[in-house]
Amino acid sequence: MSDTARNVLYFGFVALLIIGTGFVQSWNSALFVLNFGLISAIMALGVNLQWGFAGLFNVGIMGFVALGGLATVLISMPPVGEAWAAGGLRVVLALVLGAATIVGAILAYGALPRGRVRAIGMIAILIIGFFVYRAVFDGGVAAVEAVNPANAGYLGGLGLPVLVAWPVGGLLAAGAAWIIGKTALGLRSDYLAIATLGIAEIIIAVLKNEDWLARGVKNVVGLPRPAPYEIDLQNSPDFVERVSGWGLDPVKASTLWVKLIYAGLFAAVLVVLFVLAQRALHSPWGRMMRAIRDNEVASEAMGKDVKARHLQVFVLGSAICGIAGAMMTTLDGQLTPGTYQPLRFTFLVWVMVIVGGSGNNLGAVLGGFLIWWLWVMVEPIGLGLMQLITAGMADGYWLRDHLLDSAAHMRLLTMGLVLLLVLRFSPRGLIPER
Amino acid sequence: MDLLNAFVALSNFVLIPAIAYGSQLALGALGVTLIYGILRFSNFAHGDTMAFGTMATILITWGFQAIGISAGPLPTALLALPFGIAVCAGLILLTDRGVYRFYRTQKAKPIIFVMVSLGVMFIMNGLVRFIIGPNDQRFADGERFIISVREFKALTGLKEGLAFKTTQGITVLTAVIVVAALFYFLNRTRTGKSMRAYSDNEDLALLSGINPERVVMVTWLIVAALATIAGVLYGLDKSFKPFVYFQLLLPIFASAIVGGLGSPLGAIAGGFTIAFSEVMITYAWKKVANYALPEALAPDGLAQLLSTDYKFAVSFVILLIVLLFRPTGLFAGKSV
Repeated sequence: MSDTARNVLYFGFVALLIIGTGFVQSWNSALFVLNFGLISAIMALGVNLQWGFAGLFNVGIMGFVALGGLATVLISMPPVGEAWAAGGLRVVLALVLGAATIVGAILAYGALPRGRVRAIGMIAILIIGFFVYRAVFDGGVAAVEAVNPANAGYLGGLGLPVLVAWPVGGLLAAGAAWIIGKTALGLRSDYLAIATLGIAEIIIAVLKNEDWLARGVKNVVGLPRPAPYEIDLQNSPDFVERVSGWGLDPVKASTLWVKLIYAGLFAAVLVVLFVLAQRALHSPWGRMMRAIRDNEVASEAMGKDVKARHLQVFVLGSAICGIAGAMMTTLDGQLTPGTYQPLRFTFLVWVMVIVGGSGNNLGAVLGGFLIWWLWVMVEPIGLGLMQLITAGMADGYWLRDHLLDSAAHMRLLTMGLVLLLVLRFSPRGLIPER
Repeated sequence: MDLLNAFVALSNFVLIPAIAYGSQLALGALGVTLIYGILRFSNFAHGDTMAFGTMATILITWGFQAIGISAGPLPTALLALPFGIAVCAGLILLTDRGVYRFYRTQKAKPIIFVMVSLGVMFIMNGLVRFIIGPNDQRFADGERFIISVREFKALTGLKEGLAFKTTQGITVLTAVIVVAALFYFLNRTRTGKSMRAYSDNEDLALLSGINPERVVMVTWLIVAALATIAGVLYGLDKSFKPFVYFQLLLPIFASAIVGGLGSPLGAIAGGFTIAFSEVMITYAWKKVANYALPEALAPDGLAQLLSTDYKFAVSFVILLIVLLFRPTGLFAGKSV
């Protein structure tokens, strides 16, 4: 069977799964799976860039995705004027001071001669800078958070169209990735993994605790949408007339229509990124990346700057994850830092890339759809399985209750098992690298 | 100025908790560093290995409590600990047989091992949540305090109290015994020496007739023991929650890297470095400062450098600094 026929077969199978969900459950859930599948496919593309092209192991995808989500709030929410008046400028000033401290320390490191003077000078700059920063920052934050804490208490955003947030999310993620890559790349391969694991935890901690930024665990809800609201559609005579003409219920049709608009937007982004990734893979740059991945020493001997290329591809891949994160928050319509779990946002994406086929963009996209479908379906399937197992046990028997309660944790086991089995028996994935 | 009370407050809120936490981190980091030295990969499943061992110990503790076995003033968990280690070792050896050995014979790249350990982490995490659930479990029993605040005040007549929890005492004592035993084993026994030889130069070790499978098995057994002990001590001191154990991975890795991956001595130094930094940076110094400084200088605020929510940021920043300036760690571990 030729490669093309096999790929068509795989994607046909995934389409069948999603359409099947539509028939068995509802079209709303089928579109839900499709939309998140599209976003997952984009994340998988980003990770594939890092792992498949360059062999970089990023365990902090969750952090980059969350930064994308933060961008959505910062760009699209209307600014809270009172909060800006109360302490907004002070907070911004503090952040500038903090950044200036770090830049100052770096400059001092470069300017001063090596030795004790340099160490003491840097530490002094950092300590003084930190106290100045805190002195300015704390007052500003207290003032901002005191403004109408029940539904504001933060600075708000810029009030721009939400679609602007998608590239900005990519930029934010790229910035974080640059800092991490600058420190951890060029060392042992494990160090990057550990550093990314750390930055992801810290980004989530910042999102949860800095209320002035995006309300922390109080969540920002009601983000602007690129699609019309269902209720407006239902009140629009045009829309109602049109769908009634097709014999559809207007309420149901409006929800489907909105989801379809999102699907169209996401698909457009996916296609653009996919084409770019594909072009990159088959360009001299892509061949160089793979050469570096397969033999760093040899490529270095050929005059390739391994560290710079790694940094480049790491930043690019993280930026794509950031874009996907912004898209996901847009789809949700809210930013809820409490829901960012490493399992869901880091390891699931990894499973997608490995199962789909690392090093192959089409494989990553396939993995994104397939594993997302599995992720959504494992829970009902697990529950069904547990009910089957416990069918013989008496009602209220402790083991039965325990097993039924634990069905929710089936996901962890299943995903771990899938990852191990694929790595062991089919390490090149469903659509292997060519 | 009241330096005595300041010191008591400092001990109560900073020194004792940091020493206990540092011992727990050091035990965890020792496990990570041993795996790194012998098997040559960073084991991401270590946090969940700790969780699994602790869970086994908790279940056995509950069993003991149910049939009325107790250790008097000491926590029952100490009696259950050997059994917990055995269960954990069983699971780990099974994992090695079923998962890691295949890649070892293939001589796979370290990064593949790291990924595989990620899969193992998932499964262990899933197992733990499946068996005991994701919630908090407290399993400490016996005497709660060696010295309680009230006793200390009555004893010394000082204004500031000092509490020394039994679990903290046990943690430090156990850590000292375990570390001493481990170093004796590594430096004095034949098996320990063969392990170090294998870690230094694999090919040379094989040439001199060291059985690699045996070395690996012994390593896993020691790691299971270290992980379970570290996990149980942490659980006794605080409480057992699977997600927290996953999060411990970051400070543990930071400890191992700060000390120098592959160096047991470094792991201990790293553990205490991280623990002290974390506790000191997130502690509100107001109370100590009020005692130690003249009244005019006493701080208005809490005098806390970072909120406790950012304690992971501390280990992370230390990790970044070490990676930037001294990537081999304090005790020059394995090559970069």
